[in-house]
Amino acid sequence: MKYCCLIIPLFISNLVNASGSLSITVPDTMEERVKACTICHNNKDRIGRDAYYPRIAGKPAGYIFNQLKHFRDGRRYYQPMAILLENMSDEYMLEIAHYFSSLQLPYPPPEEISMQPEEIEHINMLIRLGDLDRSIPACQSCHGKLLMGIKPFIPGLLGLPLAYISAQFGSWRNGGLMRGQDSNCMSEIANLLTDKEVVAIAKWLAMQPVSGEPDQSELLLPKLFHRCSELMYLK
Amino acid sequence: MKSIQYESKIYIQRKIVSACSFAASFFILLSLFGSVFADPIQPAHHISNQNRLVGSYLARVGNCIGCHTARGGDLFAGGREMHTSFGIFITPNITPDKETGIGNWDKSDFWRALHQGESRNGRMLYPVFPYPQYTKITRKDSDAIFDYLMSLKPIVNENAPSRVFFPYNLEPLLYIWRKLYFKKGVFKPDLSKSKEWNRGAYLVEGLGHCNSCHSSRNLLGASQKTKHIGKKMTGMGWYAPSLISRLEAGSRGLEINEIIELLTSGISKNAVASGHMATVIRQSLQFMLPQDIRAIAIYLKYIGRENSDIAPAESFPVLSKKVRSQLSEGGKIYTKYCEGCHQSSGRGIPGIYPPLAGNRSVTMSSPLNTILSVMHGGFPPTTIGNPRPYGMPPFQQIFHDKEIALVVSYIRNAWGNHSSLVTEIDIERSRNSNRD
Repeated sequence: MKYCCLIIPLFISNLVNASGSLSITVPDTMEERVKACTICHNNKDRIGRDAYYPRIAGKPAGYIFNQLKHFRDGRRYYQPMAILLENMSDEYMLEIAHYFSSLQLPYPPPEEISMQPEEIEHINMLIRLGDLDRSIPACQSCHGKLLMGIKPFIPGLLGLPLAYISAQFGSWRNGGLMRGQDSNCMSEIANLLTDKEVVAIAKWLAMQPVSGEPDQSELLLPKLFHRCSELMYLK
Repeated sequence: MKSIQYESKIYIQRKIVSACSFAASFFILLSLFGSVFADPIQPAHHISNQNRLVGSYLARVGNCIGCHTARGGDLFAGGREMHTSFGIFITPNITPDKETGIGNWDKSDFWRALHQGESRNGRMLYPVFPYPQYTKITRKDSDAIFDYLMSLKPIVNENAPSRVFFPYNLEPLLYIWRKLYFKKGVFKPDLSKSKEWNRGAYLVEGLGHCNSCHSSRNLLGASQKTKHIGKKMTGMGWYAPSLISRLEAGSRGLEINEIIELLTSGISKNAVASGHMATVIRQSLQFMLPQDIRAIAIYLKYIGRENSDIAPAESFPVLSKKVRSQLSEGGKIYTKYCEGCHQSSGRGIPGIYPPLAGNRSVTMSSPLNTILSVMHGGFPPTTIGNPRPYGMPPFQQIFHDKEIALVVSYIRNAWGNHSSLVTEIDIERSRNSNRD
């Protein structure tokens, strides 16, 4: 009897809704198709349990596509992404990459982090000039003057959560399974930095306000293009 | 880059294929399939072109690449880890490389592996290689597949040896297993049945090796005599539902066209393929000839025709006050996160968001696949029939185990569904799915 109490209201609501659902149409848009992505990669109404997920809106399409492919094919390891993309074609991933790349969303405010002035000064040097003695290029020379990336393959570094940036540095340094596919590029650079520098750069990046769009005309120096050539084509 | 070309080639080819009428000749279709695989490599020995093309199609139907390709690796070059309760098997390289592949094999060696489950050197093979099913393949088909494999570009890829657990690594045990459970023999047509039925039976029982997943295995890993009954896929996370039971994936009551639609596009008005089935559809089934996929549907409908399984009474929840309040909690989560797509009626949107009301994947006694779908989300496979699928979010990114248990319990008991409740322990258990 108790059971009936529950079932009957459910059944009635079912009948009511059944007639309603017939008229429902699903928008034939990318926005609707990629709800699986935006539950985490969403600037507003972030509902993730932590603030780990990176902003992907506005990142260069080639970069996004290559990352999707790396996740799917096991070259960049993050199981939730690997499972989502398991049975997805290259064509569809490219379409999704272009969709997110073209999205113009307001950026989240920078994180409030405290840093020592001398720390900031040191990081400023690395960002703008690098360290020739240690063969570390300036961050700006690849990631753009505004650190917003260079189209179509180099990602921007601003507007990302500290947790995410730190995790990526960790992955680059460990190489191998995690992100070892470009060993002569970011993996090598991340390993040339000291532990202290890595922590400081991650903090510094997370506390910068996003200053604008990447400069369309910006190009990589041939030397750096060569160094990171593995990144420079659709995988 | 190679992979893009590969995928887009398939895509274009299939567009052409779908543009052809059903009456398109078998040979033209085969040529198309053949060129999907064709590498501009001269075969090591003379092979008739037609045989190679037929072989490429048969290799596609048998989905050799499904196991013999590592994630992101070269096709057919092996290296994929198969996690089973008997050990971790590393699939071999079956490209014609002489050192690391099967370049030194001949047709008879290949036949011996498929038909007798023995390697070239006489070593007995473990049944993780589905020779209990492949033994039904005809010699002609075996030769064609071999010719095709020999026409591939040889790839040097030395794979790590498999790690078989004790005591399964003892050869005598394998010997006994084979004596008990392995019966070799090519498929014998049942002359009382139609040609279509027999083709379907050959594909389902033999080359398609559906039984490797869709049958329960006993302690020694043998598929049980009762074929096509459901089982948890050891080490692979998902539950492979019974192909017979009307409570699971049995086809009794389904239209032939609905079965075909699901098996080729990955989604139908009432169901969506997920987990390993989605992969099999993407890699293999979507490319099958219309007459072959139809034969499979006819045979599947036949094997489930008389099933009258009824749900065991104990799976009905006792609706105590506590249970009712749990279901109502689950209902709140459903309203907030799920009904935007699956609708408050639980009926979904046909062909886009699958219904949950009356969906046997939701109501069957194992809640595993529903739990995994809620946890991991996913996109239906991209196929020619459904190239731009709508995705489901991976809710474990935002839900705690308790919330997953509540919402799964709710959908298993809403809209007339009656199934057992799910607890946090079930969620935790389903989390240990091994992946390669």
